[in-house]
Amino acid sequence: MSRNDLILKDVSFTYPNGYVAVEHINMHIRAGENVAIIGQNGAGKTTTVKLMNGLFKPTEGNVLVGEKNTKEFTTAQISRIVGYVFQNPDDQIFHSTVESEVAYGPKALKIPESEVKERVEQALKITGMDAFRKENPFNLPLSTRKFVTIAAVIAMNTDILIFDEPTAGQDVEGNKRLSNILQVLHEQGKTVIIISHDMEFVIDHFEHLIVMAKKQVQKIGSPQEIFWDYKTLDQAMLKQPYVSRVCKALGIEGNVVTMDQAVEKIMGRYRNAEK
Amino acid sequence: MDFVMECKNVTYSYPLAETPALKGISVQIEKGKFYGVIGENGSGKTSFCALLRGFIPSFYKGNLEGEVLIEGKDLVEYKEVLAKKIGYVFQNPFTQISGVKDTVFEEIAYGLENFGVLESEIEKRVIEVMALTDIQDLAEKNPFDLSGGQMQRVALASVIILEPDILIIDEPTSQLDPEGTESVFKIIKALKEKQKTIILVEHKIDLIAEYADKVIVFQDGKIIANGDKQEILSDISFMNQGVALPQVAVLGNALKSAGLPLKQIPVTEKQAISLISDILKERGSS
Repeated sequence: MSRNDLILKDVSFTYPNGYVAVEHINMHIRAGENVAIIGQNGAGKTTTVKLMNGLFKPTEGNVLVGEKNTKEFTTAQISRIVGYVFQNPDDQIFHSTVESEVAYGPKALKIPESEVKERVEQALKITGMDAFRKENPFNLPLSTRKFVTIAAVIAMNTDILIFDEPTAGQDVEGNKRLSNILQVLHEQGKTVIIISHDMEFVIDHFEHLIVMAKKQVQKIGSPQEIFWDYKTLDQAMLKQPYVSRVCKALGIEGNVVTMDQAVEKIMGRYRNAEK
Repeated sequence: MDFVMECKNVTYSYPLAETPALKGISVQIEKGKFYGVIGENGSGKTSFCALLRGFIPSFYKGNLEGEVLIEGKDLVEYKEVLAKKIGYVFQNPFTQISGVKDTVFEEIAYGLENFGVLESEIEKRVIEVMALTDIQDLAEKNPFDLSGGQMQRVALASVIILEPDILIIDEPTSQLDPEGTESVFKIIKALKEKQKTIILVEHKIDLIAEYADKVIVFQDGKIIANGDKQEILSDISFMNQGVALPQVAVLGNALKSAGLPLKQIPVTEKQAISLISDILKERGSS
């Protein structure tokens, strides 16, 4: 499998109506990394990922997908390397059954029928959508429809996958399903980039976070580096996760961000207090 | 007790559906309380909302058994009066936006126009509600040019402005960032302080724990729990039934199993901090 790093070099993007969506974005996402982009509505997150898959071409600067500069290739060409799951599933569903929806992309790649079938089966299985294969996607609830679009993108077998707010409106079961999908993709060596407002989910699944605010990248770092940096949190209007807030109020050091860390640190304090 | 709404053993099936969406629901809603409705997707939460608003059976036909009483009177006896009494914010903001108005300002004014309110009064109230929901900047935009999060706020504003006694709100924050989500909860809290009865479907359980009074848990078309939020959201057995608990309750349960002598499982951040710090202090000084 070819390895594709994703590089944004001083990228700005202005919509045709003159609205400046992002300014001077720099980032280097290495092949195989798990990256979450966080920040407020309107910070430029969706625009940034649309620049990554060639849906938008930078007004200034360059976006490199592996060796390819997105300006020199069509969106269709880039989309063979970078798959994108839209925020609103209804923006990308066209077919009357889940199965045919998922098969649509691989069929367009003109690969052998048997491989199309294999990819569809695998994508349905990973996403847990095999039970709904004969259903019309539009009869499924929005949260399930989102998994149909995730399956459709997985079936494209791209090296890089981008999920735009997959956690929105998901229940416990949906989050588990998503968690499994991320695990499988990670094991396959895929690069996965998500946008999410669910900080606990992001902390549990992503090593690299990109904080965006006011159309720019504010900080890139690990969950621990981000969620104890009050200046960045303020700029991006983000809050610490609950476990961090509790530990902070208790005066527990060590930049706790996960549940396990919190339990360990609090119990450590409790045992040490013993005479 | 003063119940504004009551369901008595209600079973409902959508047209052509093989199994009922609601199965033997009985629940009483107290005036002026804030109810958080939680449970898995597909468990009946939205159908429950549609039932209380009267969309079932007036818009969704199907088969309805049992009784729904609004202020003691059977739902089917109400006509358009319900629209004034109960405000309803749809899960999908696209459904809410009328499509007949060109600007957000006009969209929010639309409901009051239909109620025949004076123009000067309408303008005053639109300005107020836009400030409350922090969408002043969007006044001149076309409602369909907004982002999902912005549209959700416009949908909420267009209902709040009608000042109904009861508000039914179906997942109003699914597309909002944490800051925007918290501001929606603050708006709802302000409405509660005006004695409104609130029924809110939400997955963001930490905020339900913070702001709601009561919690109703749905599973597979049934209400499996209904009561005080403290009691329900600290009960770890619900986690096996597809219900998320607040982060601090999960933390409390984990600490308790690790041997921390917690008197009670916290459901809010404040409770967690005070319960844990009391134990640590006591331990330190003993």
